[in-house]
Amino acid sequence: MAVSKVTIPAPTSGVFTRPTSETGILSWLTTVDHKRLGLLYIFTSFLFMGAASVEAFLIRLQLAAPGNTLLSPDVYNQMFTMHGVTMVFLAIMPLGIGFANYFVPLQIGARDLAFPRLNAFGYWVYAAGGLFLYTSFFLGSPPDVGWVAYAPLTSLSNNPGNGTDFYMIGLLVGGIGTLVTAMNLIVTIVSMRAPGMTMMRVPVFTWMMLVTSFLIIFAFPPLTIALFQVIMDRTFGTLFYVPAAGGMPILWQHLFWIFGHPEVYIIVLPAFGVISEVIPAFSRKPLFGYPVVILSGIFIGFMGFAVWSHHMFTTGLGPVVNTAFALTSFVIGIPTGIKVFNWLGTIWGGRVRFTTSMLYAIAFLITFVMGGITGIMLAVPPFDAQSHDTYFVVAHFHYVMGGGALLAFFAGLYYWFPKMSGRLMDERIGKAAFWFLVPGLHLIFFPQHIAGLMGMPRRTQTYVAGIGLELPNLLSTAGTFVMLVGLVLLLVNILHGIARGKPAGDDPWDARTLEWSTSSPPPHHDFDRQPVVNDRDAHWVQKYPESVHGERVPASASEPYDRAGIHLPGQSIYPFFMAMSLLVFSYGLLFHNFWVVGLSVALIFFFTYAWALEGVGGHHLQAGGGHGPSDGEEARA
Amino acid sequence: MQARRWLQRGLALAASVPLIAACEFSGPQSALDPAGPVAQAQKDLFLWTFWLSLPVMIGVFGALIYALWRFRAKDAKGAAEVPHQTHGNLRLELAWTIIPVILVVLVAVPTVRTIFATEQRVTPGPDDVVVHATGYQWWFKFEYTGLGFTTANELIIPVGQRVVMSLDSADVLHSFWVPNLAGKRDMIPNQDNQIWFVADRPGTYFGQCAELCLGAHAYMRFRVIAMERPDYDGWVAAFQGAADARPAAVDPLVERGKALAAQKGCVGCHVIEGFHPTVRVGNPDFPDLTNFGLRTTVGAAIADNTPENLAAWLRDPQSMKPGNTMPTLWTAADPNREDEIEAIAAYLLSLGRDPATTAQAIVGGAHGGQ
Repeated sequence: MAVSKVTIPAPTSGVFTRPTSETGILSWLTTVDHKRLGLLYIFTSFLFMGAASVEAFLIRLQLAAPGNTLLSPDVYNQMFTMHGVTMVFLAIMPLGIGFANYFVPLQIGARDLAFPRLNAFGYWVYAAGGLFLYTSFFLGSPPDVGWVAYAPLTSLSNNPGNGTDFYMIGLLVGGIGTLVTAMNLIVTIVSMRAPGMTMMRVPVFTWMMLVTSFLIIFAFPPLTIALFQVIMDRTFGTLFYVPAAGGMPILWQHLFWIFGHPEVYIIVLPAFGVISEVIPAFSRKPLFGYPVVILSGIFIGFMGFAVWSHHMFTTGLGPVVNTAFALTSFVIGIPTGIKVFNWLGTIWGGRVRFTTSMLYAIAFLITFVMGGITGIMLAVPPFDAQSHDTYFVVAHFHYVMGGGALLAFFAGLYYWFPKMSGRLMDERIGKAAFWFLVPGLHLIFFPQHIAGLMGMPRRTQTYVAGIGLELPNLLSTAGTFVMLVGLVLLLVNILHGIARGKPAGDDPWDARTLEWSTSSPPPHHDFDRQPVVNDRDAHWVQKYPESVHGERVPASASEPYDRAGIHLPGQSIYPFFMAMSLLVFSYGLLFHNFWVVGLSVALIFFFTYAWALEGVGGHHLQAGGGHGPSDGEEARA
Repeated sequence: MQARRWLQRGLALAASVPLIAACEFSGPQSALDPAGPVAQAQKDLFLWTFWLSLPVMIGVFGALIYALWRFRAKDAKGAAEVPHQTHGNLRLELAWTIIPVILVVLVAVPTVRTIFATEQRVTPGPDDVVVHATGYQWWFKFEYTGLGFTTANELIIPVGQRVVMSLDSADVLHSFWVPNLAGKRDMIPNQDNQIWFVADRPGTYFGQCAELCLGAHAYMRFRVIAMERPDYDGWVAAFQGAADARPAAVDPLVERGKALAAQKGCVGCHVIEGFHPTVRVGNPDFPDLTNFGLRTTVGAAIADNTPENLAAWLRDPQSMKPGNTMPTLWTAADPNREDEIEAIAAYLLSLGRDPATTAQAIVGGAHGGQ
């Protein structure tokens, strides 16, 4: 069945015509294609990860020996603040969202996300927020109050520079992008699944993105309120967090962590999703206990809102509150443990192929279990009293965020790279990189447990000699060099794969989910025929029906699209313009220039109307022989 | 014979594990080297969770490695095989739900017990040492409320007696943390926090601010010195007499230093009890220098309180503790700089010292532990 491309003229109801360029800068600025936006997310998050790595490298160089003077205390504070903010908000979270952008529609057999222009808007706001934060290096000072930015350190009298404003406004604006993307994903997953794809047939990565999206929607409002309060304090002289006027600084911590703990799961649940795709694919078995894994994910997401005060055990909330939050935190260990056992159960009885992707998944399992165990330790308030705000905590969250989430996303990168590029990444370079990256990671972060127990607080640019901190810090710094080699090799492998990778074919891993049933890279319209789903692991069942059904012949896996065909929406420049208007707004607010703020608000209004009034545009794709002239471009049968 | 030797080696190795755990991690700022019941309880809980999680880790990793080895695809043919497509097993799921539940209960019970044993708010009794601590950017003020005097960056306590501290902050968040004695408790403006602990043995314990407060945060250190009761009483007595105007100093250098302390503005900020017979000098929001000669450190536990370090501190406070708010009182070109520094240092070090003894002798007993 050939699919031919039929262009329909933009309806006359539109006031503005929509751009149609398919190559060049303009095509990227105006794209609404979830795959292109996914790639932009992934590319941008890698850029920011590079910046954060430089910051981390400087931090470790400074801490190589006690009394080092490479970085002044002020610059050191800026480095760890920007490292944390970048990794959490600009690197790992968008990496997960990037994969979601690319693969959620493909996994559920949809043509795109529900709101393509909103999706573009989400990306451009994220990019603008990141750009805004990084211009702080040139337009004042970068934030230096830690990624948690505890009040009253952020008040104007304690922090007169504009670094805190960059942090507050940057996160406030960036959060808008994250929120709309989450809503977009929810609508897509709930309402655009292929025929037959019931919720209990949805691939686990998509399921985890659904849970994550709900977490985003419920977690970001408290952060937004807190950010808004501080912006009001600093810009208009309100007194939310001014102790001299009776302000209660502890309020910031509550609001921040009601956001901040779910944020941990916003980062790590997509990683769980990726692992739940990679391990079954390379074990050639379905995910063990699929419903249990899904329910565990939902339960973790739900409980994520009931544990925030475990970040505040030392703030004097009292024994009753500490007990309550210790118990809820312990409870989260149960579904997490169940997930780990189910991944083990998936491997058991399989045919395990040790691809680079699978190696990262295994490294994830080991690292994450270790991070989980220190997590349980930290949930013990009396021990937390010792380890809170020390390098023990630093080690813990780098085990779960870096070792956990990031390694899982690297597994995902190796797994999905052939689908995204049509080419394979080199397994030899990949494995070499792995054997630098993962041992390097452990060499950096394992000694930090000991440094923390020996009394080294975090966020200090130096430490005292002679109390046992020299060796762990030196090892830790040595580890950065090892990991750096791994990261460089990873980068080389990505570039090598894009330029010279071997052709991948549609399904190089003999994998299980729908994205592997279309070509690599997928056509603009994702699927030539509407996938029809009769089972979990829809693609696998098509390939190996007897392994699931015995003798029974499964129903057809696809059907032609209906007479209207696939509507590919027109491109639009307004998401980009809207995001840029928000950027202008941010600078206006930052520099207290309310003319610029006014101008940006006017622009936002104008572009909102332009967005609404531009025509439908785009074109229809129809099965051969449909009405309208065919331009002869043949897609895959 | 051979087997027995290996057995001996194995036993020696096994015995060394707890030894390593006990010795290698000791230190004056180590949470694993408790010198009192609170820190001990916190360490015990850590070790309990550690030993509990060790078999879990070994079990999970062992099973993982075994499964990966046993179920590896041995060749291209194996990699193309389709194994039995198991979807799950209810009994297994139940089993590995129950295992974490049991583990969590095993952790939770002693946790809750220890929380209530160590974190309950207490009402100070007559035998308790009561101290009001205030965090400032970047030093600690300790007010002995019952005894009526104040120190900075050095908390002297008697061994075996409960110390009950109320915690406050004058500016941003700080955190009071002496790992050998007790886990941290934050110092928060407008919030009345409390921490209590006991030192079981004499010694000098390092404390450090554990909540980012910018500037000289990394240098915001202090010491807790636990003394036997008689030593402590002597130290208290030295303070309680300090408010009385001191007799004229006999040393002309010290006399000149005292005059310079006024002239250069030291006592514009720093309280020195007994500086003047009738006028109380200084501002309580700056480090109290009363009996400074008894202090073991200078610059908030940055350096030992020796004449050389004190002179270095006075000469250029920023190089010793970058970011602190102590002004540099002399330009490098000032011809009188070294003379004046020497005099002021001599004066400061004389404070609280009985001419017959030295500061080191008074607090010397406390150093025995370390």
